[in-house]
Amino acid sequence: MISLIQRPEPSRAWSLATPLLAVLVTMIAGGIMFAALGKNPVEAIKVIFYDPILGEFAFYYRGQLLVKAAPLILIAIGLSLGFRAGIWNIGAEGQYIIGAVVGAGLGLAFFPLDAWWIYPLMVFGGALGGFLWAMIPGVLRVAFNTNEILVSLLLVYVAENILASMSTGLLQNPDGQGFPGSRNFRDFPAAYNPELIAGTGMHWGVVAAFIAVIFAYIVLARHILGFQIRLTGEAPRAARFAGVNPTRLVLLCFGISGALAGMAGLFEVSGPAGQISIDFNVGYGFTAIIVAFLGRLHPIGILLAGLLMALTYIGGEAAQAQLGLPAAAIQAFQGMLLFFLLAGDVLTNYRIRFGRAEAA
Amino acid sequence: MDLSAINPVLLIASLMVAATPILLAALGELVVEKAGVLNLGVEGMMITGAICGFAIAVETGSPVIGFLAAAIGGALLSMLFGILTQYLMSNQVATGLALTLFGLGISSLLGQDYVGVRPPLTGGLFPDALADLPVVGPIIFGHDWMVYVSLGLVAGIWAFLKYSRAGLILRAVGESHDAAHALGYNVIAVRLAAIAFGGACAGLGGAYLSLIRVPQWTEGMTAGAGWIALAIVVFAGWRPWRVLIGAYLFGGVTVLQLNLQAAGVAVSAEYLSMSPYLITILVLVLISAGRGRAALGAPASLGRSFHASH
Repeated sequence: MISLIQRPEPSRAWSLATPLLAVLVTMIAGGIMFAALGKNPVEAIKVIFYDPILGEFAFYYRGQLLVKAAPLILIAIGLSLGFRAGIWNIGAEGQYIIGAVVGAGLGLAFFPLDAWWIYPLMVFGGALGGFLWAMIPGVLRVAFNTNEILVSLLLVYVAENILASMSTGLLQNPDGQGFPGSRNFRDFPAAYNPELIAGTGMHWGVVAAFIAVIFAYIVLARHILGFQIRLTGEAPRAARFAGVNPTRLVLLCFGISGALAGMAGLFEVSGPAGQISIDFNVGYGFTAIIVAFLGRLHPIGILLAGLLMALTYIGGEAAQAQLGLPAAAIQAFQGMLLFFLLAGDVLTNYRIRFGRAEAA
Repeated sequence: MDLSAINPVLLIASLMVAATPILLAALGELVVEKAGVLNLGVEGMMITGAICGFAIAVETGSPVIGFLAAAIGGALLSMLFGILTQYLMSNQVATGLALTLFGLGISSLLGQDYVGVRPPLTGGLFPDALADLPVVGPIIFGHDWMVYVSLGLVAGIWAFLKYSRAGLILRAVGESHDAAHALGYNVIAVRLAAIAFGGACAGLGGAYLSLIRVPQWTEGMTAGAGWIALAIVVFAGWRPWRVLIGAYLFGGVTVLQLNLQAAGVAVSAEYLSMSPYLITILVLVLISAGRGRAALGAPASLGRSFHASH
């Protein structure tokens, strides 16, 4: 007979160990999945996790690591603030899209002007777009008590339709011979988000992601807002007695996460993606949820988790090219990781006792 | 633009078809939530059901076996959620999201070889003579048998929750798991059964999309239907007949906007396509404005983990 005994407080050691354990178990389970697909599991794991960092062609992949990690980290940092307080913004994908559309639209309005202020304006536009889009579920929650999970998620589908409309309408490239998609930002230097140091993948989004990590760390560890967020998450009743204003907290968490997601979208669309197109978004807004949890909702953890998740994207692409592993396998792999992580958390909050449960 | 091309009888008949996937999934989620569990993985279970049902129906040539496989697939996937939340005490919101993300991945993995394949046809329930009657024919007699199954399920779940002893226990578990536990009911077993039933229903809903409504397999084809099903449960105030109304209203909006697109209304297709989602949000706002969870009719233990310490 195995029984679970609740710990008086969550175990710090297990809280740090479960993500590593989850990654390890996911590799094993993923290996089984790859074997079931008829691929050599050891080979597949090596191609995904080892080759991009230390393999023969690592010089090519290493740059990609930061490119893919930056949006994940930027979005996950924002989400983690809300998740800690039990405020569920799961529509970051929509905020990412709207941020990209607003920011790119602002920039394209000045084409082909060459001025230094265009790019900062676009970044501001991206943040504003994401912020406003996130304010919809935030305001509806505080004003009408509407479930923010459902509203933020449903708005992703609305945002996808707006994106489709924009890339075949308002923002379509006038010189594009009728192809869907906006002008390419590579042809518009004042609005382009270039690689800052050749070969590293470092672009403005990566810089912003690092700043966000530091900012979030300070807010959570040193600022009253961070205290209120943690208090609301751990003891909502105590938070009310301590004078935490729940309305303000909901709006702040939605606002910050929306603005960060919007900025991430703008950095992506003006740099690595290059243009507004119907499917420039590849689900970073959803993967960032996994990143936030895998990083234990902690800024440093999210930084590491973002890099790891970026590695699965890059390794996944490599495995697709070299082993013919389907792209969807990586998506399933990422989902599995979150499962094992959540399952492992039982060890953080409970002790396992073998033998008969004693009579109470 | 020619609005007279929209035939109201066909509109009603097709809204029933459009609503059925969401109706099935929402009914399953209703039972799950009545047992006090919030499973946000409906979308993932639906899409898994969609591909399981599609693949098995194509391989066996039988839609009936396909639907059975979809129910089993959805229930199996939901058991992942069940084990995690009931035995390992994981957070229900996070685990539900994980289920959706995993379901979307695993379904496109399973579905690779089925893109562009045509599924076997699902037959009607009534003879053609009845289905060919004017007006009542298409609306009442003209559907495939799954539409009638979904309607039967509404009545069945309503009667089960309202009149049966098992339904009473399920509701007790959802309202106060501590009291139910103290009375000697096995809270975890009841909840696992409810979660499996919810998974099976979501699977059926997904298979209805891939086998009848579309009918084809494409990646991510549920396109938020699972989330809309979750919203409809809230809209319905956790009552089966209102779930039916909610799903048919939503089906009506979907079909109407498709008809308007076909009729060439001067609004672009993208804006019409987003209207079902916007209307769902609007309805959620109207329903929840100024009312707490209890006033909405939510089960009191909804979303809370149960851990028997003794």
